[in-house]
Amino acid sequence: MKYVFDLHKTMLAHNLILVYEGEFTQEITKSILAMAERNMDAIGESSGVKRKVFNVMVECLQNIVKHAEDLNEKGEDGLRNNAIFLLGKSVSQYLITSGNPVRNEVIESISSKIDQVNALDKDGLKQLYKEVIKKGEISEKGGAGLGFIDMARKSGQKLEYSFEPINDEFSFFSLQITVPRED
Amino acid sequence: MNIISLEGKEDTPKVILDKDNGVFEISGRSLPEDAREFYRPIIEWLQEYASNPNPETVFNFKLEYFNTASSKLLLDVLQTLEGIPNAKVIWYHFEDDEDMEEAGKEFEDMVDVEFEFRILAD
Repeated sequence: MKYVFDLHKTMLAHNLILVYEGEFTQEITKSILAMAERNMDAIGESSGVKRKVFNVMVECLQNIVKHAEDLNEKGEDGLRNNAIFLLGKSVSQYLITSGNPVRNEVIESISSKIDQVNALDKDGLKQLYKEVIKKGEISEKGGAGLGFIDMARKSGQKLEYSFEPINDEFSFFSLQITVPRED
Repeated sequence: MNIISLEGKEDTPKVILDKDNGVFEISGRSLPEDAREFYRPIIEWLQEYASNPNPETVFNFKLEYFNTASSKLLLDVLQTLEGIPNAKVIWYHFEDDEDMEEAGKEFEDMVDVEFEFRILAD
């Protein structure tokens, strides 16, 4: 049972205040948001920072609900939509991190979307947001194609990401957004 | 016309559309699982209303938060007001919520409807 202690130490070392691993649904999203809000309320976090963290968390969590791929298509091993969400808090910032499996063929399109967002400044992001919203297409999965743009706008920071190979079909997509605590 | 009256929930806003009493309001949080499905009846109601509107239409947006999928649908809601004579949007935001104020200003730029900005009291 040493892994329990190890996990506990890992969480402390990384300043993690909330970790969820498992299936992601709208109901789970609401529960995670409620826990994070209670946590921020309990320490008297400023309303501006709370709103930004909430904002980024929603886009992150709903991305997973919409896009996490089934590693096991039949869902027999309970791996359906399995993904991880982490919320970290240090003196200076909140770290919002998600990780989920994606098909290898979407790596390029995800990377280029994030790289495009990261290359833009505040005004550039505003312009891109307006262009995308006016084009106005809601995807089959219910996304407006605005998630990464919004995360970058609300956090004011670059989005960090990586892809770790799982097998020939899938990779593990990790995404991290920083929200500074000084408003 | 029938009245649309939806109670606000954790992830969906309170909505009142009442032609007879001249009340048009969306308030609270909007992060539904399926934004398109949630806003469909609202947009359809407004499209019908637009064909025979009141002499004046004041639409209150008192949103605390909306996700990106909702932002697209809110633009659709606002566009239904474009053809209505004497339609006006009152966009509320918390005093310290610059992001919500800016979101309103961006919508104002994108649609041909008069906007007024007001502070939302706690």
